[in-house]
Amino acid sequence: MNRHSFLESTIQGFTRAVSKALQSEHAASQPGLLQQLDPRVRVIGILTLVVSVVICRRLEAIAAILLVAIAIAFAARVSLASLAKRVWLVVLGFTAVIALPALFITPGEPLFTAPALHLSISVQGMRTAVLLVLRVETAATLTTVLVLSTSWTQILKALRSLHLPAEIVTMLAMTHRYVFLLIETANQMFESRRSRTVGVLSGSERRKTTARTAGVLLSKSIELSQEVYLAMLSRGFRGDVRLLTDFRLKPRDYVGLTAFLFTGCLAVWMGR
Amino acid sequence: MASTFEVQNISFSYEAIPAIRGLTLHIGEGDRVALLGANGSGKSTLLRILDALYFPSSGTVTFKGEALTEKHLQQEEFALNFRRRVALVFPNPDVQLFNPTVFDEIAYGPLQMQWSKEDVIRRVNETLEFMSISHLKDRPPYRLSGGEKKRVALASVLVLDPEVLLLDEPTATLDPKSQSQVVDLIQQWKGTARTVITATHQLEIVEDIADRVFVLEAGTVIAEGTPSEILSNTDLLLRANLIHAHRHSHGGVVHSHPHLHGHSRHEHEH
Repeated sequence: MNRHSFLESTIQGFTRAVSKALQSEHAASQPGLLQQLDPRVRVIGILTLVVSVVICRRLEAIAAILLVAIAIAFAARVSLASLAKRVWLVVLGFTAVIALPALFITPGEPLFTAPALHLSISVQGMRTAVLLVLRVETAATLTTVLVLSTSWTQILKALRSLHLPAEIVTMLAMTHRYVFLLIETANQMFESRRSRTVGVLSGSERRKTTARTAGVLLSKSIELSQEVYLAMLSRGFRGDVRLLTDFRLKPRDYVGLTAFLFTGCLAVWMGR
Repeated sequence: MASTFEVQNISFSYEAIPAIRGLTLHIGEGDRVALLGANGSGKSTLLRILDALYFPSSGTVTFKGEALTEKHLQQEEFALNFRRRVALVFPNPDVQLFNPTVFDEIAYGPLQMQWSKEDVIRRVNETLEFMSISHLKDRPPYRLSGGEKKRVALASVLVLDPEVLLLDEPTATLDPKSQSQVVDLIQQWKGTARTVITATHQLEIVEDIADRVFVLEAGTVIAEGTPSEILSNTDLLLRANLIHAHRHSHGGVVHSHPHLHGHSRHEHEH
């Protein structure tokens, strides 16, 4: 079995992840409760909750929003097992690394001490670390539920109707469509290089090859983005996202929006 | 014959590298034209200039008597009208297919034209049927085969029923069956008012897709004529790098002669 470098393995893993993300478009068409709301309401509602998570200072309030996020996921028919695998474990891994030093460097009432190692964990340090992890977990859960319950084109149209500049919306649309193609290209470049490599490359050679690959990939991505933009212009694109589905607010959308805003405000008030 | 495009002495460069130099040509309504030339001869650049994606640094281009300038294309009414009437199929279908499903892809153009929802759905379904790709309508374009992608790319512009179709290497990288399907499609438009301009270096399809041929070299037209006039001019084809001298041996005698790819059989005297 071939030994793959860390970067190659990462890119292959990323290919699988993006492929799954693109497949998740079908989850957006599930007849869930969240899917029945207007995409603009979903975007505003979820963003309100994310902002309230960022503002909240109390653990209890953030934990309550996490429970709300899980309830929303359940209502949107998003599998909790998939959330755990895609979000909770990954986020835990990343934020734990960032939060770890806070356990030891935050001064305060000692919770645990290991004199032999000259280490001490304070109550305040523990609280700061848990707050950080919980905050990121909750925000990531909310945004993942939004992405899984709403097709990408609907999100873009909602962002545009909320007056996000057309240039940013176009940039997001392009990134989503072509990240897969570029990762596939990167994979092929690595495979092609492997097919012409005899023996094992040294660390420095591997780094040089990786840097060269990154440079070529950047050039290709710039070229591709210019071509795609021309193809869009050629078919009449003038900066606006136009879809077949018309966004029209119904009574349930107003109820949903009120519920989102009320929950967000309540959380901010509780967590102040 | 009424004019579709009038190109007068245009030049265009990619930064410091000239791609088109002093090129002049006239394309009439209903013309089926082939732009022949080797890689880098300026075919693709010319198609993009005709589609008003690039603008020449000097010279003029008019479409049905109206100047194609950057300023003119900024006017919404003119731009939408032009984009509906003139369509370009890019050589790489991945560039052209950026929507989540084939249906959305084909609906993209009509939606930009701000057609009514009913008209968009009706036209998309008609086009899917015409191109025999109805079974693909819910598939994401990036999961299609090369031939299917090309058909979807063609459908995505045909849905607007354009008067002018600009095809950039429409049969490149396709298998023989898909190639003949695309050629058949272009042949269907013979005798109609639709103008078809095809850039290619595949000589074997020229007689099927064009009634007039322009040969390009280094960004300028070096010859113009009917397909039979151009294809029978071996010196011209050699000069334009469209054929090459082929060396081979017969019974120990090595000799060379001009060689045209794509023809399944050739005969010559020894």
